[in-house]
Amino acid sequence: MNKQVVVIGAGVAGLTVAGALAEQNIKVILIEKEAQTGGHVRNWDRLFPSRRHGSEVMDFLDSNLTKQVDIRRGVTVSSIVRTQNGFKVTLANDDEIDAACLILSTGFQLFNAAKKEEYGYGIYDNVITSAELESIFKSGKEIATKNGKNPERVAFIHCVGSRDEKVGNLYCSKVCCVTGVKQAIEIKEILPHCEVFSFYMDLRMYDRNFEELYYEAQQKWGVNFIRGRLSECAENPDHTLIIKTEDTLTGKPLKMTVDLVVLLVGFTPSAGTGEIVKMLGLKTGQDGFIASADEHFLDNNTDIPGVFVTGAVKGPACIVNTIADARATAQQAAKYLFTLKTG
Amino acid sequence: MKDFGYSVLKDETIDYDRQDMRIAKYVLLQEPSIQLCIGCGSCSGTCAAGHFTEFNIRRVHTLIRRGETRLLKKEIQKCMFCGKCQLVCPRGVNLRNLILSINKAIEQIG
Repeated sequence: MNKQVVVIGAGVAGLTVAGALAEQNIKVILIEKEAQTGGHVRNWDRLFPSRRHGSEVMDFLDSNLTKQVDIRRGVTVSSIVRTQNGFKVTLANDDEIDAACLILSTGFQLFNAAKKEEYGYGIYDNVITSAELESIFKSGKEIATKNGKNPERVAFIHCVGSRDEKVGNLYCSKVCCVTGVKQAIEIKEILPHCEVFSFYMDLRMYDRNFEELYYEAQQKWGVNFIRGRLSECAENPDHTLIIKTEDTLTGKPLKMTVDLVVLLVGFTPSAGTGEIVKMLGLKTGQDGFIASADEHFLDNNTDIPGVFVTGAVKGPACIVNTIADARATAQQAAKYLFTLKTG
Repeated sequence: MKDFGYSVLKDETIDYDRQDMRIAKYVLLQEPSIQLCIGCGSCSGTCAAGHFTEFNIRRVHTLIRRGETRLLKKEIQKCMFCGKCQLVCPRGVNLRNLILSINKAIEQIG
């Protein structure tokens, strides 16, 4: 029997796992709903903490793909049925694929900032998300308010859609803290006279070289860090914004006029992940992301033999960790295929 | 005793071993959700009373939890009970019941 693997989702996780399996001469069919592979990283200009260009990572991931990887772009999965030999995957274009095992790498989507109505996203002109700022960086366009002037004061708002029971997300999205620090530095590089403020509750600089980036933001760029969660945002007639918070370290309410507010939006499970969960009857955690079989020992497995999970389908993850996780998944999937062959 | 012209200052540290925790215990029992507070200041940042007075519900709450209740009676009267604090709390703390409980605690314990 042909032991081919179906990988669903061709972002960082899917491309890595497909490449790693192809290296072992395993046939992979990689399914991507978008016309292009790469997932979110396609939209990121530079990556924390080294500030390497996102495109470099894209090139690296593509370079690992061989002819063993059959990429189907612009198509979704319409059904998955368990069969005697594995799974039958039917695509939206009616293609049917038999797979010995399935790898789910359907990732995440960004929190919809409009749900946090008091922050004014989608209501006020100059409230944008971190993803939108990143695409401005990537396009090389000028950093400007809707009136076309360079902002003199920018506020980064941490934890938007994360650690917030009002929007149903109790979890931390992990990467927004360092993204905010990176983007604050980038604003200062482009607009040295712009005052940059960061409104945070905790700065979770959990990984290697993150704390150093925070240090650089303070020491070299003079980014102002104010400990307080944004309570509300209002617009002035001239389309500048008034933000209100408590400066918890002085214990006083604080308000400030800024030209641009950047909301650091967190992770939510992608719509595609939700559909696959339903098709297969997979378990999810309280956070809505897929639960692996065991957080320590079987973190790439699910409760269904032959169904593997990798990357941000299991919750917020940075690119470095996603690549490592996807390589581990390839190893686990290859082991599973070998067991099938030898019985 | 000879007067050297010095006085001994009163210890202003929070001496957790000697604090009167009766109000803290009462309030925690009445509104256990206060244990979820992460001190983000959303409540005090949006507080209508806090914009015009020194009232700071985040600080008042933290002080109670540490047994610091000397100024509590005067402080808690500044709350206008509008409930905005509860609307913005990312941890779902029931702040209105917290205020009610504080008032009840003062009435019962003093």
